[in-house]
Amino acid sequence: MPKVTYIEHDGTETTLEAATGDSVMETAIAGGVDRIVAECGGSMMCATCHCYVDDAWIERTGTRSEGEDDMLASAVCEVKPTSRLSCQIAMTPELDGLVVHLPEEQV
Amino acid sequence: MSKGAVVIVGAGQGGFQAALSLRQEGYEGPITLIGAEPGLPYQRPPLSKTYLKNGEAEKLILRPRKVFDAKDITLRSGARVEGLDRAARQVVIGHERLDYEILILATGTRNLRPPLPGVERALDLRTLEDAATLRAALDQPRRIAVIGGGFIGLEFAAVAASLGHRVSLAEAAPRLMARAVSPEMSERFRALHESLGTALYLGNGVTEVMDQGIGLADGTRLDADLVLLAAGVCPNVDLAAAAGLEVDNGIVVDATLRTADPHVFALGDCAAFPEARSGARVRLESVQAATDHARAIAKTIVHGTTDPYAAVPWFWSDQHDCKLQIAGLALPGDESVLLDSGAVLRFRDGRLSAVETVNDAKTHMKGRRVLAQDAAPTRDSLLKRNYDLTAA
Repeated sequence: MPKVTYIEHDGTETTLEAATGDSVMETAIAGGVDRIVAECGGSMMCATCHCYVDDAWIERTGTRSEGEDDMLASAVCEVKPTSRLSCQIAMTPELDGLVVHLPEEQV
Repeated sequence: MSKGAVVIVGAGQGGFQAALSLRQEGYEGPITLIGAEPGLPYQRPPLSKTYLKNGEAEKLILRPRKVFDAKDITLRSGARVEGLDRAARQVVIGHERLDYEILILATGTRNLRPPLPGVERALDLRTLEDAATLRAALDQPRRIAVIGGGFIGLEFAAVAASLGHRVSLAEAAPRLMARAVSPEMSERFRALHESLGTALYLGNGVTEVMDQGIGLADGTRLDADLVLLAAGVCPNVDLAAAAGLEVDNGIVVDATLRTADPHVFALGDCAAFPEARSGARVRLESVQAATDHARAIAKTIVHGTTDPYAAVPWFWSDQHDCKLQIAGLALPGDESVLLDSGAVLRFRDGRLSAVETVNDAKTHMKGRRVLAQDAAPTRDSLLKRNYDLTAA
């Protein structure tokens, strides 16, 4: 199973195994990662699962969809070129080892 | 800050969020979350959407059990609160009494079951158990009749039609989602559902549920193997009312979501609160209201903040390939302006009250932003900008 590492604002690191097809958000919720809120449950109605994809992975995770871009505008922390909604990144074997950084706040 | 016990009655998304937010704000006292349903708190919105298609119940869980342990939140699932003793500050569960310093009522709603002959034959869609029953019934081609053309009835109808079932839907009001959206948006969704092959009967209430179908007010009989009752909900206010708290289409709270009893708050679907923009006392049935209420109450309890609750309401509904998004809150009778883009702007007393969009997150988000301003833009000022919200 592909692994994904979440690095929180204070440096706390959590590495979880993801089921292929599950999103980076779903994996975080199931694993109890606190800094992903996911209020709308992955319906692209909020920006509370905001993450920054690590520079080393940005080529492989692909780019934001149009609606995702619009929702990110409501993120409470700075939106960077690497910002994504973690509900929109599906884990695949190619993403094994993915690293995402989490903003200080989601709401 | 109080370190007394907080008891939360109702373990839906709002009750759960209240427990979590209290810990995130630094609350150190005991927190007990009491839910009538078995298992861990879960999300309801997907029950009428993705869950019906994929059946993945484990993905509905709001947080795994270890989060409750880590946050020291005592979860009492499958427990029914029978009464409140406000004088003693206790919650009654069977023979047990739980002390509270602060009580949060997050009791939600239950499905309306109109007193129709045979209504007991109709299925509900409210809980995971309901949804599992419906999902199992969709395993072979069926004739389905849906009672009610609101969000839940239409979301279910869209899934059932796309799975190849023969669907008919009856709504007593003359248009779909009449309580929530403009006539223009109702019309758009009427066309969508008819294009999916669903037979709509509008302005035609149900008079009877029979073994093999439903009967309508005009005498029409719709054959069906399965009848879904989705005729709206009513707030669970019995506990509050029996305890002497004011109830008026919901548990009445002030702008800080507190009841007349300073030790008791109410949130989410069961709470009737003063809406910041309209001044009207409203009760909202949405994830947004439940979670924003919960966070506001947690801040009040932990930090003593008394800011009036003023979050902009938002709603969504997924029906087939259409994501309907609503920012703001229109009241019945608000004017509507249909834009070329398909968005509908709603106005009350000459000011923007709500923005309705389909598959247009950009306009939806603009709507949320302009409605969060102290004064919503006027219709005249928007007209001058060709109704472009960016310039508002």
